[in-house]
Amino acid sequence: MRGALLGPQQLKQSLGAVVRALGREGPVALITAGWQEREDQDEELAAQLGRSVINLRLYERGEQVLAADPEYARAHRARQDQLRQIQEFYKLRLERTFDAALDIARKAAGTDLEAEEVRLSLEHIRRIDAEHLERVTALREAYELQTRPLLRPVIVRHRAELKKILSSVGVVAIAGGHVAVLLNRLRMFGFHELLTDEHALIAWSGGAMVTSERVILFHESPPEGAGISEVLEAGLGFHRGVVPLPNPKLRLKLDDPLRVGWLSRRYSHSKCVAFDQGDFVLFDGDRFFGAEGTLLLKQDGTVGTGWTS
Amino acid sequence: MIITGTHQILAIDLLKASTPDGAAVDAFMRDHTFPIVEGTKVTFVFRGDAESVYLKTWVWGLDNSQPLHRLENTNLWYLTLDLPRKSRFEYKLEVVRGGHGQWIQDPLNKHRAIDPYGANSVVHGDGYVVPSWTQRDPDAPPGKFEQWVIKSKAFNERRDFLVYLPARFRKTRRYPLLFVHDGPDYLRFANLGTVLDNLIHRLEIPGLIVACSGTANRFGEYMNDERHARFVTEEAVPDLEARLPLLGTPRGRCLMGSSLGGVAAFSTAVRYPGFYSRLLLQSGTFTFTDLGNKSERGELVVPIIKFMNRFRENPTLVAERAFISCGMHERNIYENRSLVPMLQSTDMEIRYVESRDGHNWENWRDRLREGLAWLFPGPLRLVYE
Repeated sequence: MRGALLGPQQLKQSLGAVVRALGREGPVALITAGWQEREDQDEELAAQLGRSVINLRLYERGEQVLAADPEYARAHRARQDQLRQIQEFYKLRLERTFDAALDIARKAAGTDLEAEEVRLSLEHIRRIDAEHLERVTALREAYELQTRPLLRPVIVRHRAELKKILSSVGVVAIAGGHVAVLLNRLRMFGFHELLTDEHALIAWSGGAMVTSERVILFHESPPEGAGISEVLEAGLGFHRGVVPLPNPKLRLKLDDPLRVGWLSRRYSHSKCVAFDQGDFVLFDGDRFFGAEGTLLLKQDGTVGTGWTS
Repeated sequence: MIITGTHQILAIDLLKASTPDGAAVDAFMRDHTFPIVEGTKVTFVFRGDAESVYLKTWVWGLDNSQPLHRLENTNLWYLTLDLPRKSRFEYKLEVVRGGHGQWIQDPLNKHRAIDPYGANSVVHGDGYVVPSWTQRDPDAPPGKFEQWVIKSKAFNERRDFLVYLPARFRKTRRYPLLFVHDGPDYLRFANLGTVLDNLIHRLEIPGLIVACSGTANRFGEYMNDERHARFVTEEAVPDLEARLPLLGTPRGRCLMGSSLGGVAAFSTAVRYPGFYSRLLLQSGTFTFTDLGNKSERGELVVPIIKFMNRFRENPTLVAERAFISCGMHERNIYENRSLVPMLQSTDMEIRYVESRDGHNWENWRDRLREGLAWLFPGPLRLVYE
């Protein structure tokens, strides 16, 4: 799939430039399900995109599904509760392991053991991440096997409508918002199977996160204290090789080499890339081009540009 | 302030050294805001004819009445004290004229804090700023309040309280419940409504439903009273859970309170272990003794002493997580510091925060963000606009 990943669009807009760069004509299918109840407040986006837009209303469609199919709604809620619980335990495990890793790093600093100790700590943390990802993936697969969402009549009906709309557009734009809700709605309607190679994707902020291979939640100075990033679950994998980190000024400490280096090494399966307001990069599968303003977080704790082909 | 080497010369010292006349004092008054905060020193000033002037404070460990000194041949009175960075304390001035002392707010200081007893002047140490999230944010949609009525069997009378519903409240969602003791005071003196609106808007806490309960009989009902615990746990909470979309699980229930309200919250949780998973306890009056039941605080607190001594003999796990805060300038600091390791020994997860502040509503207000966000982390990490 081809397309573009963008940073937040509130203070500096780049959607129009990206649509033009992709060179696709016609209306844009818009997904703002991450905005939940405010899904339909999309007037500004139409103006920014400079095209007519058709909002797919995935959040509202999801609410209709849950209201029309109580059995599915019950299973859905039970799964959400289970996921929340597992995420909480994973976070607890992660926090304790991080505490130990930081403690060891401090004590080993300046000694011959330092590099090896940090490597072992990060390996341990990566293992916890991987096990968590495996666990939530298995849970989702079991849930889909049990509920067969794509065969349920109400979802079948919505999918048919979505398929028809998507056949008339060349660009699909996915806004950010609540990434768990957004991902949930995209999966509920089997969205990855509805897109074809004919579609170009524009995804910003949370939208860029859920369309990557792995959704990483992050905020290095939240009010509750521990600012350790965490794996939520697998993303849709529409683009590969980048962990999008939107809004770094608010959420990251890019001037802290230890944090930058550890984040980069922890998710070394991909490039960790910060997207500030209006930043964007074009992609084609696992190849990236351009990169207006984005910053690569490097394993040595520094940040830099020029990471694309 | 002038610094020469390691020595600070304060504004008041310069004035004193100049053997000022009335005009010099006028200029001094014009050129400064009061109290004068210079690094870690604060100088209180009063100008007027009086026999004596005193600074009245409620800072534990300090004499709560300290005389201001008169600058020779003037009607200017002053007192310089240490004021650590980021600290904040409340005070009044006592002005004695004709042998009669009158307590007043500092006429030279515009900062005031209100509480159920009136208003005090407030001094802010260097580095203290009123947190932005405690002030009305026009972008934050306000929640709504509903009047709630319970026919209480525990008290054999009707009980009323306010219930806060967050902005964008939806019946199809499920919310955690925060039950607040001295709720009307939290709303009035600690801006609780505004704080909730802002923290929810900033995604730092989830939408919460908040019961703001109060009583006219705090010195009875909030001191480990079985009727109060029964009212909250067997009457109010079940009624709220039956009529509102609440989670209805221990992790979805939190008791909160300050001072005696903290005792009410904690003792209710102790009477119903496991029913509440979250506690937010601010400057709780957790008075205890190591021998006997007598305290310098008098007979009034004996029910608390008996309760705390009993709990201290056999500490048990009553909730999963508790946020405890206390001011360093209040007498309850010793008791709160003692409570923390005891609760930790029961495997309760504790976050304990001390502030350079006293036993007052603005101290409790300023700690709400950290407490609520730790007990109920919001969707900040999930939302990327």
